[in-house]
Amino acid sequence: MSQGPVVISVEDLGKSYRLGAIGGGTIADELRRGWARLRGRPDPDAPVDTASPGRAQGRTFHALCGVSFRLREGEVLGIIGRNGAGKSTLLKLLSRITTPTQGRIRMKGRVASLLEVGTGFHPDLTGRENIHLNGAILGMQRREIAAKLDEIIAFSGIEHHIDTPVKRYSSGMKVRLGFAVAAHLEPEILIVDEVLAVGDAEFQRKCLGKMKDVSSSGRTILFVSHNMTAVLSLCSRVVWIDAGRVAADGPPEEVVAAYLGSYAQSGDEVAWAPGEGPGTDLVRLTHAAVLPQDPGAPLTMRSPFGIRIGLENIGVKDDDLNIGLRVLNDHDLVLFASTQADAGTDRPPVPHGRFEVECRIPGDLLNEGSYHVVVTAFRGARLHFITERVLSFTVHAGERRGAWFGRQAGLVRPRLSWSIGPMDQAT
Amino acid sequence: MSAIPNATAPDPEGGFTTEIGPQRSLLAIDLRELWRYRDLVLLLTRRDIVTVYAQTLLGPLWVLLQPLITTFTFALVFGKAAGLAPPGMPGPLFYMSGLVPWFFFSGQVTKTSRTLTGGAHVMTKVYFPRLVMPISTTLSNGFTFLVQFVALAVMIAGYALAGGMAWSPGPQLLGLPLLVLLMGALGLGTGILISAATTKYRDLSFLVGFGVQLLMYASPVILPLSRLQKFPTLLRVFELNPMTAVIEAFRAMLFGGAVPWDGLAYSAAVTAVVLLVGMMTFNKVERSFADIV
Repeated sequence: MSQGPVVISVEDLGKSYRLGAIGGGTIADELRRGWARLRGRPDPDAPVDTASPGRAQGRTFHALCGVSFRLREGEVLGIIGRNGAGKSTLLKLLSRITTPTQGRIRMKGRVASLLEVGTGFHPDLTGRENIHLNGAILGMQRREIAAKLDEIIAFSGIEHHIDTPVKRYSSGMKVRLGFAVAAHLEPEILIVDEVLAVGDAEFQRKCLGKMKDVSSSGRTILFVSHNMTAVLSLCSRVVWIDAGRVAADGPPEEVVAAYLGSYAQSGDEVAWAPGEGPGTDLVRLTHAAVLPQDPGAPLTMRSPFGIRIGLENIGVKDDDLNIGLRVLNDHDLVLFASTQADAGTDRPPVPHGRFEVECRIPGDLLNEGSYHVVVTAFRGARLHFITERVLSFTVHAGERRGAWFGRQAGLVRPRLSWSIGPMDQAT
Repeated sequence: MSAIPNATAPDPEGGFTTEIGPQRSLLAIDLRELWRYRDLVLLLTRRDIVTVYAQTLLGPLWVLLQPLITTFTFALVFGKAAGLAPPGMPGPLFYMSGLVPWFFFSGQVTKTSRTLTGGAHVMTKVYFPRLVMPISTTLSNGFTFLVQFVALAVMIAGYALAGGMAWSPGPQLLGLPLLVLLMGALGLGTGILISAATTKYRDLSFLVGFGVQLLMYASPVILPLSRLQKFPTLLRVFELNPMTAVIEAFRAMLFGGAVPWDGLAYSAAVTAVVLLVGMMTFNKVERSFADIV
């Protein structure tokens, strides 16, 4: 399949932005900037801090730098990377929304890019009229749209409202209609950005099925996503973009594992200089770490893991010092709190000097997502101190249950047992 | 654009249909590509026409009411109250025949000047030749002009039949379509030039509406040039306005009279320059404007 002709060739692609000059604004801003420059003062509108200082050189920020890859006909390329790594910039360059400052892209055949579904929908026009408009915006000819109109309407599943102005649609209906048009584009190259993040399960299944159809008919797909499950099951190859460069390019399993591995390392280990850790003069943290079951592997929903906290007890003489922790999700909701007292009467007394406690967290508990840990210390029943977030970690899906590609609803993700049997005749 | 890199060795991976790179000539307008998107042009034109008056009570009647009410007001204020009635022609006919081309021009400028800022939500998500937008705006604006022109024609016929005026246009009536093209091009050029500039300086969007309105007072919409002979400075200001000769010529072609060819030549020259500079600026800005809006 990957022996076909090269249909996308990206050579030494680069895009840089002038810092400070982004946004323009009003003439007054420009004058203020010019005046500051004249007096040798710093640009008042220059960003205070840039996410990755390594990519900023003087007043230029390299969003992408020296990116090269070739894609053969029929390949499904997944593009992954953290927020701000340059994925969106690459996508914008490939879909011709903005132009590169360096290098070139060559493509063969008709290209359709879906950075959003339903682009250009006009609220006052009916669903049917918007199909024509949206199709034309995406590059379809009028005859083509007319020929596929019935199919598009059927695919969208909103036959009954097709002659109602789109402004009366729910957001879900708009997405369905938008995707229905996009799905019938039949380009040689399809560029997709996270369209899977929207819509209900049924609709997602439809979308993914359609994408599989597209790829199996020999067309080429570029798919940008944060959803590793979808990337693993759809893509034949994955490119990982990090800090504007290609960090890895190869088989999906390898690249995704490398990417997740790099993710696991950030924020999951911390150590403080003596006397500077959070806490009080009596008890203070010295270090903390998230410990995956297999060292170095990313955390998944299935696997148990540990949280280790190192402390130094300087002044608490009584042995009712009780160390605990709380796990918060990214909305700062406390999912659970636990202390050493959970161990019951078996709990060994807290020693003097430096020591470590470790909390084991079972698998099949946390849903996929990112979490933070705060540490608590009690003396008897009284809270002695509570820290700020000391650790953060990400739980990955790891595997898929059922047909759904997205994140399951729910704060926790227990694996429960189910049984099936005949109805109880007695009641 | 699709230059063959090496003519001696055949490129085994040749046949690329699209090439995206940093360099592009300022005047490189891909007309073939634009033609491929003609359906989009027509659909956008239709959308503009259909949706402007959506959820209004009078709907498309507004297209006629705008110039008619303005004509009536001008006839009352300038014609009657201020005693500036135009010579040799019923007042309403004079104002209407100035306002119809003026509305076409001012609509061109204000609407196409919103192309990039107003269309940003679409243009940052999908690629199509950006000129599609101002071209479809021009077409929908041309449609509005046509409707208003028909109203003007009906008015002329009414006056002529009622005997209020002898209507005797010469063969120059045939020049009207060319005049309309000139106005459209002048408005388009000015509009896209402003559009390109507003992506950087939002101030301009405030200036446009106001500026266009001021410009009307420096045109013969209200005062015919013949009334300005006693004020040479003012006359010179009027003559600097490229729309002055266009409106004078519009009336001359419509009602018979001397067409100001010298003035028209000036207007045509200004139009050519503005359109060229506008295209170049627009071309330059559209490549990177997604980064700054």
